[in-house]
Amino acid sequence: MSQNNNEENNGRRKFIEKGLLAGALSAATLATACFKQDGVEETGEKVKLLSPDGEIVEIDSGYVKPIPDDMIAYSNNIRQGIPGRKFVMVIDLSRCKNLRKCHDACEKIHFLPPDKEWLKVLKMQDNEGASPYWQPTNCFHCDRPPCVKVCPVNATFKRTDGVVFIDTERCIGCRFCMVACPYGARSFNWNEPNIPEEIYTQHHHSPESIIPRIGTVSKCDFCPDMARKGELPHCVTACPNGVYYFGDENEDAVTNGSETLKLSELLTDRAAYRYMEELGLEPRVYYLPPVNRLFPFEDDEYSKNYGTLINPAE
Amino acid sequence: MANHSTQPALSRFDEELKSISNDLLPRPFGRKGKIWTWLLLIITAIGIFFYIQQLKDGLIVTALRDYTPWGIYISNFVFFVAISLVGSLISAILKLTGASWRTPMTRISEIIAVAAIIFAAITITIDMGRPDRFLNLFFHGRMQSPIIWDVIVITTYLILSLLFLYIPMIPDLAYMRDNFKNVPKWQQKLYRKLAINWKNSPGQKDRMKQIILILSVMIIPVAFGIHTVTSWLFAATLRPGWDSTNFGPYFISGAFVVGAGGVIVAMYVFWKYLDMKKYFTDAHFDKMGKLLVLLSLVYFYFNINEYFIPAYKLKGIDSAHLQELFVGSYAWLFWSTQLIGMIIPIIVLLFKKGRKPFPMFIMSLFVIVGAWTKRFLIVVPTLNHPYIPIQRVPEEWLHYIPTIPEWFITIGTLTGALLIITLFVRLFPVVPIVETAEEHVSHEEEDK
Repeated sequence: MSQNNNEENNGRRKFIEKGLLAGALSAATLATACFKQDGVEETGEKVKLLSPDGEIVEIDSGYVKPIPDDMIAYSNNIRQGIPGRKFVMVIDLSRCKNLRKCHDACEKIHFLPPDKEWLKVLKMQDNEGASPYWQPTNCFHCDRPPCVKVCPVNATFKRTDGVVFIDTERCIGCRFCMVACPYGARSFNWNEPNIPEEIYTQHHHSPESIIPRIGTVSKCDFCPDMARKGELPHCVTACPNGVYYFGDENEDAVTNGSETLKLSELLTDRAAYRYMEELGLEPRVYYLPPVNRLFPFEDDEYSKNYGTLINPAE
Repeated sequence: MANHSTQPALSRFDEELKSISNDLLPRPFGRKGKIWTWLLLIITAIGIFFYIQQLKDGLIVTALRDYTPWGIYISNFVFFVAISLVGSLISAILKLTGASWRTPMTRISEIIAVAAIIFAAITITIDMGRPDRFLNLFFHGRMQSPIIWDVIVITTYLILSLLFLYIPMIPDLAYMRDNFKNVPKWQQKLYRKLAINWKNSPGQKDRMKQIILILSVMIIPVAFGIHTVTSWLFAATLRPGWDSTNFGPYFISGAFVVGAGGVIVAMYVFWKYLDMKKYFTDAHFDKMGKLLVLLSLVYFYFNINEYFIPAYKLKGIDSAHLQELFVGSYAWLFWSTQLIGMIIPIIVLLFKKGRKPFPMFIMSLFVIVGAWTKRFLIVVPTLNHPYIPIQRVPEEWLHYIPTIPEWFITIGTLTGALLIITLFVRLFPVVPIVETAEEHVSHEEEDK
């Protein structure tokens, strides 16, 4: 027991130490910001800051850079996940009109080229008699993920908050996870991804987002960097029709931004299902069936199976 | 007294050794041999050139894309693993079953095994997106992954195969150390070092016999292991066409077929170009031919299980996959592979005339080519049928046609493996000298 306590204390001490270190680092960042830099527009507004020597200095606010708001994510192990959370997504198929705003937002925020899709909007038809419908499809973040099972180096892993994440700094590029995923959710960076250099180097980009790197696998990460800030994933906020609900299974609540619903009631009342339940992978993404639709189905010439064009909008 | 009585047999043995060593000691290549070696060197160098390009630009130089993440690198890897199984077949299985005619083939089969398994490892590294992180397999290896099982079992098999190549060769190395003086200094030194002070003493001989017996027993489960685990890289997934409990034995039966084919091709080449007609007789070809028919029939049986039963059930997604193979865009490749790689060789080799060296050589080439394309057919078409429809992707993503760099890199690995074998033939006797002499003498005594 006492040993446990000790360990806990140690853990806490380490955390405090890391916190202090992070504090010192950000102070140092500010200090360097005090020196005149090129390419900075002065705002004329002066702010008072405490220098590392304990002196109060006054500088133009143009030189002040925001402190990374997810420093905490750095000091926590991103492999652990956000404590106490169990993220879940519900996609209401009756509301999707194939506007593809979710897709575009995802592509933009993750700097994906047109031929890389972490989120696809697919034309589905269950049988010949049934009407076709649009199915937004991202990574299902399965609770029994076949991709994680086969990874030889633990580069892809399941976090306590339900997210299946990829460490693109460790991935060896064997692509076993891609062939193990029966849904084809993963994509490979066959060449150097077209990502601004700052993303790799700047602190304000969260390490809790999968950063595509050449020769490694990447995919939808459920935007845990947004969840850390208490915000919704980009696809959810981009959808004008409220197709996506995102939330926490532990809280039993999901929201699409405008309405917040009780997850358990939503799943029972609306006969929610998971894609190919029979494979036994236990996805964390639920679908609400495409009944009583908001919009009639309008075909899209690009979505025939084995189509030929990539994202015609771009 | 006892020593005196064995004297004549010993001298007869020495005589025999001398006469066969004239035929069997490695010799400098003639013109054809030199052209062959240079050809291999040049093609391998081209492969290396393209691989450097791939290292610079990434796997974008291949035709691999998100819906065919594995292509000819992986199928070529499976091919190498498959052909390497022959080492255990000829050296261990035939030894334990007492087939003494295997002696002239043992070393060929072991060098094929060693060369293939080395290039299996190289090929799988070529396929990696980040070869610079290769060591992560050791720093962060996870036992859950079949890739780690493969790494372990392939390394074990490589070590066992090297031992199986080397240990039975020690008496020959000692013989060359003592009698093979008209070669360059470094070559003499090589034989001296490798012979590790072998004196042909009874104690040494006993120990060697024991070691070989232990190796023979050990290598069989490991050989089965490498190819079963390799089949699990596919069978452990949920993909249609791979999601099969038949895959382990199916792969192993196919591996023995291509391995036997490889040995026959090598036998034919040595028989024809290295003047070894005395050592590879028609009887040897006949026996190898019968063995190949037997192995092909077993393979045929597993093929029926693998294709007929799913085709009978036609489960949703399987049906799309099988249609693609039987009547779709892969049909011509599928049927010609089955014909060339299995059916025609079985029919030809069933006849005594078909088991003569030349037809055997042709049939074995068929078997090898068919084995290579079969592995392509196992790896690639499956990937085009994920459980989620493929939409909005460029047309070329749906038809995997390997690019020129990909072909040259792959061909480079094949010529690289042949280069190892060629180099071996240049430096070491391909037919065991001492063992053959011993057998000849003991046969003579039996005849008396």
